[in-house]
Amino acid sequence: MPVSTTHSRVIYDALKGCGIGLLSALPETWLVHLVRLADEDPEMILVRLAKEEEGVGISAGAHLAGVRSAMLMQNHGFLASINGIVSCAQLYRIPLLMLISYRGEFGERDPWQTEGGAVTEDLLRALRIPFAHLDRPDHVAARIAKAQTLALSSNKPVALLLSRDLMWEETS
Amino acid sequence: MTRLEALTAVYRHLERRIVVTNMGAVAAELQSIGHRPNFFYLQHAMGLASSMGLGIALSKPGHHVIVVDGDGSILMNLGSLTTLARYRPRNLTHIVFDNESLLSVSTARGDFPTATATGSDLAAIAAAAGIPRTAAVSTIDAFVEAFDGALAANDLTTLVAKVEAVGPPAYVTELALLENRFQFQRYLRSQ
Repeated sequence: MPVSTTHSRVIYDALKGCGIGLLSALPETWLVHLVRLADEDPEMILVRLAKEEEGVGISAGAHLAGVRSAMLMQNHGFLASINGIVSCAQLYRIPLLMLISYRGEFGERDPWQTEGGAVTEDLLRALRIPFAHLDRPDHVAARIAKAQTLALSSNKPVALLLSRDLMWEETS
Repeated sequence: MTRLEALTAVYRHLERRIVVTNMGAVAAELQSIGHRPNFFYLQHAMGLASSMGLGIALSKPGHHVIVVDGDGSILMNLGSLTTLARYRPRNLTHIVFDNESLLSVSTARGDFPTATATGSDLAAIAAAAGIPRTAAVSTIDAFVEAFDGALAANDLTTLVAKVEAVGPPAYVTELALLENRFQFQRYLRSQ
């Protein structure tokens, strides 16, 4: 499978390095290795969701209880979570670390992924959610750590967009 | 049975436990009986009270969490029942007050009925989702007995209580949302 196992491991190790103890996830192709790594890690609480918005509530509960968490989802899952982000995380000042696979960018071959990619960054800006791209392995650890630092100091959601260049190993 | 009567009847159990409620009437009513630092009222984000309870229950496995939900809220997030069942936190009790309506937008019973008014059975849905213990009650005595049973069972329970569609005179209380949030966080982290 051309999803990068090496880069998935880099991301997972960075999350562990930030003290993440709970991951909520709704798998999609780019996230399969990350979800598997969490599932195989006895120290990680992995919560597999029916819909991504649940993860906002789960992360809110974990944060108030003192457990650091992150959400793994596709950008369409971010779209499906927006009321939870606004009415739970933003209203109640919850630091939310969202790792969002950025489907529908240049290089996207699946026609059904192409609408979400075009609106993802505009929606993040409209919601005033600070975000950065993860597109090279050498900056993954630092950007995740800095994103978490801002989330915790501001008590607000932040987003990291997992790009095709990082997650997908092109075979042609 | 009214929701206020039901809350009053089990308040002695609530006051020493972690409690997360959904929005509106139930939050104002529980505060009218007596607010505690271990009570959190999720005043928006309908459907996420059960998810938040799950996050706390998984993070604090040595503490019991009581989620007080409503029919309108859980109907917005039925998938949460499947996620709860999947992880089966034995330290979580999920109460659903079912007044068969979206009360906070209504002026009288029946203005805005939910699907439970036309036959949807939340206890059966919870059981079919895989929640190991479920019950449906419609009297105070049955509610208190089922509530006591849920606490004693030490297993995940969804208890659906049919209640009258009546609420408090006002929904906004003196407790600010963020005051409640930081007080509750301080409580949880001190445990």
